[in-house]
Amino acid sequence: MKKIFSRPDSLRNIPTHYCPGCGHGIAHRIIAEVIDELKIREKVIGIAPVGCAVIAYDYWDFDCSEAAHGRALAVATAIKRVRPENIVFTYQGDGDLAAIGTNETIHAANRGENLTVIFINNAIYGMTGGQMAPTTLLKQKTATTPFGREEKGQGWPLHISEMLALLKGVKYIERVSLESPQEILKTKKAVKQAFQNQIDNVGFSLVEILSPCPTYWGMEPPEALVWIRDAMRKEFPLGRIK
Amino acid sequence: MSNAKLLLSGNEAIARGAIDAGCTFYAGYPITPQNELIAYMASHMQKSGGVFIQAEAEVSAINMVFGAAAAGVRAMTSSSSPGISLKQEGISYIAGANLPAVIVNIMRAGPGLGNIFAAQSDYFQATRGGGHGDYHCIVLAPSCVPEAYDLTQKAFELADTYRMPVIILGDGRLGQMMEPVQVASPQARKPASKNKPWALTGCRGRKPNIVKSFHMKQPDLESSNKAQQEKYRLIKEKESLADKYLVEDADIILVAYGTMARIAKPCVNSLRKRRIKAGLIRPITLWPFPEDIFRQLAVSRKPLAFLVVEMSYGQMVEDVRLSVAGSSKVEFLGKAGGGIPTEEEIIKSASRLYEKNI
Amino acid sequence: MLERIIIAGSGGQGIMLLGKVLAEAGMREGRYVTWFPSYGAEVRGGTAHCFVIISDEEIGSPCVEEADALIAMNDLSLRKFKARVRKGGLLVINSSLTGKGAKIKGIRAVSAPFTEMAIGLGNIRVANMVALGAFLKNRTLVKLDTIYKVFQDFAPQGKEGLVRINRLALEKGMD
Repeated sequence: MKKIFSRPDSLRNIPTHYCPGCGHGIAHRIIAEVIDELKIREKVIGIAPVGCAVIAYDYWDFDCSEAAHGRALAVATAIKRVRPENIVFTYQGDGDLAAIGTNETIHAANRGENLTVIFINNAIYGMTGGQMAPTTLLKQKTATTPFGREEKGQGWPLHISEMLALLKGVKYIERVSLESPQEILKTKKAVKQAFQNQIDNVGFSLVEILSPCPTYWGMEPPEALVWIRDAMRKEFPLGRIK
Repeated sequence: MSNAKLLLSGNEAIARGAIDAGCTFYAGYPITPQNELIAYMASHMQKSGGVFIQAEAEVSAINMVFGAAAAGVRAMTSSSSPGISLKQEGISYIAGANLPAVIVNIMRAGPGLGNIFAAQSDYFQATRGGGHGDYHCIVLAPSCVPEAYDLTQKAFELADTYRMPVIILGDGRLGQMMEPVQVASPQARKPASKNKPWALTGCRGRKPNIVKSFHMKQPDLESSNKAQQEKYRLIKEKESLADKYLVEDADIILVAYGTMARIAKPCVNSLRKRRIKAGLIRPITLWPFPEDIFRQLAVSRKPLAFLVVEMSYGQMVEDVRLSVAGSSKVEFLGKAGGGIPTEEEIIKSASRLYEKNI
Repeated sequence: MLERIIIAGSGGQGIMLLGKVLAEAGMREGRYVTWFPSYGAEVRGGTAHCFVIISDEEIGSPCVEEADALIAMNDLSLRKFKARVRKGGLLVINSSLTGKGAKIKGIRAVSAPFTEMAIGLGNIRVANMVALGAFLKNRTLVKLDTIYKVFQDFAPQGKEGLVRINRLALEKGMD
């Protein structure tokens, strides 16, 4: 019998620690499939974030580094500059990329570093217990917005992707979601494009993936997927941003 | 309304202690194991008329505290080891500008990302500056939840009295464990900050104030530093604190702080049951370090040895050695990375030390 | 009096709350208490346990090495902690999620299907209080009235139904 579907080589056969209904497992797999299909596993260097995916390097089967919280793009910049023939990508959450790491993100993008950035936006800080993220929606209740996020005091959900699109150094930004099989396929297409861009020396490429966090949204997994479609996408529309 | 007895975690007790001390500004960022502190502030600070900000990162938070302090308000931030590393520049600025502020470090194991379990590996960072320049922070080390509540209030008093940063050095165990605490009723709460003539409030009716640590002209920076050094000399004279348990006739004196001391204390009793006269010194101010107690004991009581026990690879032990200046044996037992010295290990070490030296 | 209790299960089984209820009750009856949590790397699933110490004397370390009692809500927890229970100690086991009850020499084991019993009451989440009932039946640590008052005070505004069902769960555990 012919084998037509299996675990990607770039994904280790290890059960993950993620919550039931979390998007990280799907995102990790998509990246692994893309890396296999592009045949770049032995060239790839991934940088893991600080967040629930802090041990992403235990699940992938290629070279990886940690980075201090928010500093992944600084670390990635240096790696790519000294090893331009390698394919270097960062995998970051909303706190890592758009709170503590905003500075590093903006400047790596502005310098037009030839990097691939996978931005997992789940509108919350999961690992530390469900606090507000820059992308938390207005009125959303979190551990640090117990009465709901208010414009006055906490500001609006941050549209980092739209902000980065203003920079000449940025070549590709697309926002996708994991809310359904169709959208997951589109996510994979975008991720593949972002990696292909690096191979082709196009420049800074970022994919923002709207991802579920049922645990800290206080929902069951199916509800969480619906919330992405009905609430998150109203604030963060899908599609090609640059 | 009388004072209430609540079951609180160390993190919550510190937050509550700050609010009860009249702290009206808190900025912080999530990091395990102090998340209960920021969550408590998110729920309660605004209700008590204060300002709560979850900053974009620890560096912003400490600079926000600089601002609030400059504006004359009791201000606090909290974090855990990696985040406290980020705050060092800001703390140096706060010290240089003679601003009062309270910084809480709920220590976890390092270096780097380390893990989320308790450790005492930031003693050097807290007591030896941590940031650049010739400055000090007062460092307070609570060992139980009620003491965390009390010392937080004391921290604000000291910060205001001496116009300097005060660090509350806890650890992940203290932060997350819950114990009964007697807390003040809202009526008994201290009023928000009293008048500070040097603060930035708008210069109506007075000469303008400037808050800065920058003194380009050479004699100016030297004078500023000398004044600070004089401040530190006074603090060393007046503010050092330590707890002593059965040291008057002790042959082996255990030395431990924070939650490590909670484990060391029953060891003293166990050792005494085995006819080894043990005692415990628990420094409460780590800066100023209670050197006098050690010096006096080393000279007058002449114990066989001091055994310093830390959840680290040897930091406070250096201060104990400095204090006794060679006139007593000082040994060390410790580890960090999540594991902590157990009662068994302490008793074994102390017994061996006793047998070797008796 | 000194009672060192380990309460363990998987994340989401209300392990922490169970411990806090006990600790709060102990405090209200004038004892020294400590409660200390331990989480696995996982946010959900995985293991979670807490240590509760209730004592007439000052408590040193909040961690329990040798336990007087273990409440094990799933199999992993039972296997992980049963060796810590001292001779003469008490083992309370959720047989819905563990294998055949543990038989350890010198240790009193009490086992019942807490999860099923909770489902029977209409809410799987109160399995923890069924376990508490079973525990208190075998160890008179605190008065039931104190526990009921704690339920009342812990219930969020407008959720008095929670008080009722937790109380029912407790009573079910006791018989």
